Amino acid sequence: MSNDKKTRTIKLDYIARVEGEGSFYVKVNDGKVEASQLKIFEPPRFFEGLLKGRSFREAPDITARICGICPVAYQMSSVHAMEKICGFKPHPTVDSLRRLLYCGEWIESHALHTFMLHVPDFLGYPDAIAMASDHKDWVVKALQLKKAGNDIVNTLGGREIHPINVKVGGFYRYPQKRALEQLLAPLEAAKAIAQQAARWMATLDFPEFNFDYEFVSLTHPEEYPMNRGRLISSKGLDIDVGDYEAHFEEEHVPYSTTLHTNLDGEKIIFTGPLARFNLNYDRLSASAKSLAEEIGLKPGCTNPFKSLLVRMLETYYACEEAMRIIRSYDYPSEIHDLVMPAAGRGEAVTEAPRGILFHRYTLDDQGFIHNARIVAPTSHNQKVMELDLRGIVEQNIGLDDAALGELCETSVRNYDPCISCSTHFLKVNIDRG
Amino acid sequence: MKADKKKLAVWKFASCDGCQLSILDCEDELLAIAEAITIAYFPEATKTVVEGPYDISLIEGSVTTPSDAMQLLRIRKNSNLVISIGACATAGGIQALRNYTRVAGYVQQVYAHPEYIQTLETSTPISDHIKVDFELRGCPINKYQLLEVLSSFLVGKRPNTPSYSVCNECKKSGNVCVMVASGTPCLGPVTQAGCQAICPRYYRGCFGCYGPKENPNTTSLASYLAHSGLANDEIMRLFRSFNSAAEPFEKESRNYE
Repeated sequence: MSNDKKTRTIKLDYIARVEGEGSFYVKVNDGKVEASQLKIFEPPRFFEGLLKGRSFREAPDITARICGICPVAYQMSSVHAMEKICGFKPHPTVDSLRRLLYCGEWIESHALHTFMLHVPDFLGYPDAIAMASDHKDWVVKALQLKKAGNDIVNTLGGREIHPINVKVGGFYRYPQKRALEQLLAPLEAAKAIAQQAARWMATLDFPEFNFDYEFVSLTHPEEYPMNRGRLISSKGLDIDVGDYEAHFEEEHVPYSTTLHTNLDGEKIIFTGPLARFNLNYDRLSASAKSLAEEIGLKPGCTNPFKSLLVRMLETYYACEEAMRIIRSYDYPSEIHDLVMPAAGRGEAVTEAPRGILFHRYTLDDQGFIHNARIVAPTSHNQKVMELDLRGIVEQNIGLDDAALGELCETSVRNYDPCISCSTHFLKVNIDRG
Repeated sequence: MKADKKKLAVWKFASCDGCQLSILDCEDELLAIAEAITIAYFPEATKTVVEGPYDISLIEGSVTTPSDAMQLLRIRKNSNLVISIGACATAGGIQALRNYTRVAGYVQQVYAHPEYIQTLETSTPISDHIKVDFELRGCPINKYQLLEVLSSFLVGKRPNTPSYSVCNECKKSGNVCVMVASGTPCLGPVTQAGCQAICPRYYRGCFGCYGPKENPNTTSLASYLAHSGLANDEIMRLFRSFNSAAEPFEKESRNYE
């Protein structure tokens, strides 16, 4: 494990500050990377198997349990897929409330990831609590920001983790306007924190690393994507989400319990905040665009480390968007949200905080799930994380193992991998032989 | 690190991370927790690893792989108090639905190469494998109950977490009973409190996140539901979700297979 040997192994057996269990392994021979593997050893829980025979109405509650960090994403993809199968179009108020709930999850998840999991890397701390000894003000603000997101999920969803208010068709209980209005003041404060934080994070040192990625995200003519739209890429993909399975394929490798996703045979894709930003810049609000400009972010950004900045920009946008939705909300005195089951097959993609989340179900005419398939954001990003590990090691081969290992870890965290989504789904090793 | 601070470790088995996330969700209390306790092992939040032994080990997740049981023995040996948190750790979790079928079928359905997958036939709670000093229920746990448990053990008292039913909490909240008023099936009478009767507050029936209460009369509830017109398979599925391997729920669900 030293630089003078021809072969080097750089590995980390347990990546900390990611949600779930994983490691990485990179093998270097004569300055060339021979292998880079991101290993997920999160034990499989077989969600697709256990969904079989359950009612379509149970899918949002069951699939939420795939991930305690982004349960709303699972609930959203599942309800959209079920409504598609049953030919049901939700009420516009339901659409807005779903977007509000998603804003809450983006704020909460992005605040957690940026401040508590990722920024400590940039500043050289083992965690946010150690960071608090020198930057207490930021940690306190980060917690306030996170709480503003959680308060949305709590108010609208019933609780922060595994919300109980989402159903196929709409919500069990629609919030009173005044309950939502109580969120406005904390959101206004949160928006100001996100703005300051984005400016502060822009002053951090970002490693120079760029790659010509194929970014993939949803896109929608009227809004920055969350719940709906077509699936597009920076290299020409433009499909209805119903055609997802004709283009995206999962591969099962021996060293990981997460399947690896490819596009059209062998293409490696990049999903998440940076992809959304690059492909949907025009749909951001004027103030979010001007904040992006101020912190030096332009669409076409190909440095994955800048994902940190995009996350904070999206947090800012989500605070603003949540306030807009709350202000325009009227309590629906009458709403049709009862969905009757129908046999068929339906797909949905929504934008989880960490990227696209695909669900597909087949139902019988009683609404029982005959078949389910779920592809989590981390599965979509698994290959690009390995690609980055390879590139980072090759470009920084002169660094010692410890420094190189740390850089590799930071690069994995660019993708905010959420490994618990091992419906079927990380660990760091660099082998210099 | 002050020498007299208690050392806390957080361990994970098969789970969604939601229960340990509850610690980080204590936005108003997190810095105070870090003042009172040394967070000695908590990989989701920190790279720092302080060697054991640990005063308190919190365990999230259920046992589903051959190596889990050995790891648990090491944790038990290295911990003064072991507290399992959440439905996975206390009752096997949603993944315990495999206990009712052959897991090989699941593996084949999900993975192209079943031979790469190492998994057990069953998903089981921590207490099936080692002595557990306290179990905190919930899917997910309630963060205020977690704070109560941690602070109680720090001062050496038994935590005050009720073992009565969701019905009690529901009445205290002044909710209208969803089962009586609108015929919505509800597990409230047999489910342990802790969630503040959240589902009835949102006009839906309890679906049992906190598992069976002490001495639950599941048979009476199930026959009431049957008399009210709920089909057998619906009753079975109601008892068979996030706490399906908790004995009273398991037994009742088998009566309606």
